[in-house]
Amino acid sequence: MEILMILVIGVIFTVATYLILTKSLLRVVIGLIMYGHGAHLLFITLAGLKQGAPPLLGEEAVAYADPLPQAVVLTAIVIGFGVTAFLLVIAYRTYKVHQTDDLDQLRGSADE
Amino acid sequence: MNNIVFLPILIPLIVGVVLLFFAKNLKVQRVISGITMFTLLGLSLYLAHIVYYGGTHTLELGNWPAPFGIVLVADNFAALMVSLTSIVGIVCLFYGFLTLSEVRQKGYFFPFYLFLITGVNGAFLTGDIFNLFVFFEVMLISSYILIVHGGTKYQLRESIKYVIINVFASALFIVGVAYIYAITGTLNMADISVKVAELEQRGVLNVVAILFLLVFGMKGALFPLYFWLPKSYYGPPAAIAALFGGLLTKVGIYAIIRTFTLIFYHEPGFTHTVIMFIAAATMFFGVLGAVSQFDFKRILSFHIISQVGYMIMGLAIFSPLAIAGAIYHIAHNIFVKSALFLYAGATQQVTGTTDLKKMGGLLKTHPFLGWTFFVSAMAMAGIPPLSGFFSKFALVLSGIQEEQYWIVFVALFVGILTLFSMMKIFIYAFWGEQKLSNEEAKERKIGKVVVSILPLVALAVIMGLAAEPVFVYLLDIAEEILEPSNYINSVLKE
Repeated sequence: MEILMILVIGVIFTVATYLILTKSLLRVVIGLIMYGHGAHLLFITLAGLKQGAPPLLGEEAVAYADPLPQAVVLTAIVIGFGVTAFLLVIAYRTYKVHQTDDLDQLRGSADE
Repeated sequence: MNNIVFLPILIPLIVGVVLLFFAKNLKVQRVISGITMFTLLGLSLYLAHIVYYGGTHTLELGNWPAPFGIVLVADNFAALMVSLTSIVGIVCLFYGFLTLSEVRQKGYFFPFYLFLITGVNGAFLTGDIFNLFVFFEVMLISSYILIVHGGTKYQLRESIKYVIINVFASALFIVGVAYIYAITGTLNMADISVKVAELEQRGVLNVVAILFLLVFGMKGALFPLYFWLPKSYYGPPAAIAALFGGLLTKVGIYAIIRTFTLIFYHEPGFTHTVIMFIAAATMFFGVLGAVSQFDFKRILSFHIISQVGYMIMGLAIFSPLAIAGAIYHIAHNIFVKSALFLYAGATQQVTGTTDLKKMGGLLKTHPFLGWTFFVSAMAMAGIPPLSGFFSKFALVLSGIQEEQYWIVFVALFVGILTLFSMMKIFIYAFWGEQKLSNEEAKERKIGKVVVSILPLVALAVIMGLAAEPVFVYLLDIAEEILEPSNYINSVLKE
């Protein structure tokens, strides 16, 4: 299962990298969102997928799952959500002010 | 009673939230944020004092014992950085009172300023690598907002690049934390250090080390990753640019020094050689960029990059004197670089431009501005007895002691070019033909603004004149962080 997940994460990173390298601002933003999600999946996977019962008192299982990766990734997702919202707003404002979402035209000249 | 470790994070956070409710009441905002920053300064100096005499203070949040819960750790290095943050925070805040337009001040400037301080202090004090990520994000989100604050056309265009590169770096940070968790099974930095020592830092751990170098290097503007900095720091008003230029890159540098002295210190033959090459390239290309520019703020932005190179050079040489020199350089740079950015803002207020070719003769009309600028420019270039000289002296001396001659050569050469570009600013802006008419010059008085910068200049001078006691203190810090067992024992209490 872990091998499959790693492959999926590889595909996500590939697609995200491709999107980040495109010229359109919105695609770059989507690429960054995917990159973040790929990183979250990687964390969950590398820590080991479900290895036992939930770590609660009274479960009396042989093995318990590690709760830390879930807590960490949940935090990271919440942060990523906030950043994404801000990223979309600033991308929209940039588009409105500059009347373009082409990153080539957003380069700025060298001597201003 | 270790709760004092938590206060530098808690106070600006709570005050920032309170200030959100008084967004339109300028007076309340100014008074409360001013009082808060002075409280923080007193607190952080007291923290530095008790840590120096009483040893490292730790706080286990929620009373969970160390490797399981989140810990906050105030050792000497962290306490020093928190104190420096408060000092530069106060000066930039008061400069902001005097120079920022009312629209900008009313646009939630103060709450986000305090949230930024929260994030920076948190990043210095935390002892948990995921918590470090969280505080980096707190700092970065506030910095995204402050860097577009005002929303001019130029700011929007350059800020979007700043945001994109930092979001990308944050994703890589999570990847790095995922790897380190998969290998060691812990997130506590002291515990990671113990586990890495048991695993003897081979193979994949070196990959993780370089990944962390990449992540922090993006925030700290190291060699191949500094391209975003000069343009994005040009956009925001001087008060914000000074805080960013002085402080934000140093948070990245602090994280690099912390990880490479505490966790990844077993293979200096590999990691620290990489760091040394990066240091040389960062210094050299940063200063070349500065030499090629003819704009006050852009020259300073490129100098941030070359100065970061010196700090990393100290880490790469990896002897107590070199680390002390690097920390001295961080402190010196926080003061002087912020001061220079504020001078750039003051000069812009007088002349209406940052283009050096359109300025001239300011020494005649504004001698106070000119001569105090001269002092800080010379401190930056490293002329004795000012502060920049002693950091470079320590770095060069330790480089010779450790027989790393070529990096010493690069550092000295970069020093000459730094002096050259500082002189260029002084000659073009302050000497030469007077471009303002006498009436104009009389109207544009900025005495008050310059006075608000003076504490930083004074500190640069004091640091230079009192180099001996400062170095005694810094050598103590350097020896403490070069011996990871100090940090580990105070966190894990073995």
